[in-house]
Amino acid sequence: MPLIELKNVSFSYDKKIDVVKNVSLSVEEGEYVAIIGHNGSGKSTLAKLLNALVLPDEGSVTVDGFSSADKKQVFDIRKTVGVVFQNPDNQLVASIVEDDVAFGPENVGIKREEIGERINFALSAVGMEKFRRSSPMHLSGGQKQRIAIAGVLALKPKVLVLDESTAMLDPQGRKEVLSVVERLNRTQKVTVINVTHYMDEVVRADKVYVVNDGEIVLSGTPSEIFKKKEEIKACGLELPLAAEIADALIQRGVKLPEGILTEERLAEELCALKSKI
Amino acid sequence: MKDVTFGQYYPKDSFVHRMDARIKILASIAYIVGVFLVQSFHFLGFAACFLFVLITTITAKVPFLKVLKSIKAIMFFIILSAILQLFFNSDGEVLLDLSFIKITDLGLLNAAFIIVRISLVVLGASLLTLTTSPVELADGIESLLYPLKFIKFPVHEFALIMSIALRFIPTLLDETDRIIKAQKARGADFESGNIFKRAKALIPVLIPLLISSFRRADELADAMDARCYSGSKNRTKYKKMKLTWRDLIGTILVAGLIVGVVYLNNFYVLLTVAL
Repeated sequence: MPLIELKNVSFSYDKKIDVVKNVSLSVEEGEYVAIIGHNGSGKSTLAKLLNALVLPDEGSVTVDGFSSADKKQVFDIRKTVGVVFQNPDNQLVASIVEDDVAFGPENVGIKREEIGERINFALSAVGMEKFRRSSPMHLSGGQKQRIAIAGVLALKPKVLVLDESTAMLDPQGRKEVLSVVERLNRTQKVTVINVTHYMDEVVRADKVYVVNDGEIVLSGTPSEIFKKKEEIKACGLELPLAAEIADALIQRGVKLPEGILTEERLAEELCALKSKI
Repeated sequence: MKDVTFGQYYPKDSFVHRMDARIKILASIAYIVGVFLVQSFHFLGFAACFLFVLITTITAKVPFLKVLKSIKAIMFFIILSAILQLFFNSDGEVLLDLSFIKITDLGLLNAAFIIVRISLVVLGASLLTLTTSPVELADGIESLLYPLKFIKFPVHEFALIMSIALRFIPTLLDETDRIIKAQKARGADFESGNIFKRAKALIPVLIPLLISSFRRADELADAMDARCYSGSKNRTKYKKMKLTWRDLIGTILVAGLIVGVVYLNNFYVLLTVAL
């Protein structure tokens, strides 16, 4: 059974225009899933559906056996699926790092001794142990966002949803956050759902869903998705730069293989080509 | 904008920082009462209060300048009160007669007295917020207000609102700064004109600030919901408040201050009687 299953889910804020239309998707335990769409495509609402922050008008959301239709199970869903939002400043509740990380465990009534252990665990998972007693105010955007991730991890969720969590960060901060998430997925077996509009964050995913106008228009592995260039462009999205370059080179007769997505791979292939000449 | 210290925590590991927040709050209240107990013109009592602030600052390892800066935040208020005292006190010997306003020696003394009194109150209060993190402060207030629960007062919610308000002060100050710069870049003028013109010039700053605050509140609410917040029910606390020997010493010191102030008040009386 998949860990998260959405069946024919529709949702609207004003009961007139559906922001999410008839979406079905499933996420297996341990997967790294990317949901990509341009601004206003409904992908953020989709993220909120995943942990019962908004409840579907139609269809069903099932997380680890809990249904969002049952009000009593909403908190079980929120415990299972943690969400990290876009603006780090607007999701930290406390002015001391450890107090903020403790907020989630306190909410669900975990005993004091265990909260201490969870803070240790969460802060070391994001590599921020040193900052336990400091104020998030003086941290960089990437560091603040890592604290926000720690705050979510302290609830020991099975799934980590990133709702455009890198959109407000500088390249350095983005790299920090993505590598932390990558490590969590690899070593802690945390299921990751990265909701984003950056194509290059999609490359790493096991599975990609492309969202446009509240509907899933494409799904598959990254290389499958990137083959459908026209459809992607129709959704207002761009291919990763490396893929664009490879594409342009192929069109001009350079003999590169299909499916180059990362800069590293492109560099490798170009070097291989050069050594042949 | 940035040097407004009032309400900002200065993290350090010190005697004062480690004191129980509840005791610190009560001690601050006691200290303020102490400042107000000083009778008119008995400046020795103020000296005692100032000495108390100085000792606390040193034991708290907080730079004294940081404490002093808190006065800057309410400078306007202090000056206003002093001017009111100066102009509307007609008792005592007239020093300067401007026909419509008489400045008297008593008025001058009163103004000085008010300045020192307000400053001392602010210094004490800022020491509390400098040495107590907003979370501890909120926890302390929550614990002190606990009896109000029996009259259905939402103590936990009240404390949370306060700690979030304190948490967002620096964020909103940054934001204000940014908006002012953005409006300046669009040609807004905040520096010239009379007070009404300047107040009016602030409208384009306040409206974006208000809107963005609502957006922030909305996002914060989502983030709190996502982390399973559901009010005070079944909630545990990570930090336990425990009274230690430090709190005993603190209490004794504050009690000493109040006794000292009362004694100094009477000391003056005794002195004048003797003379």
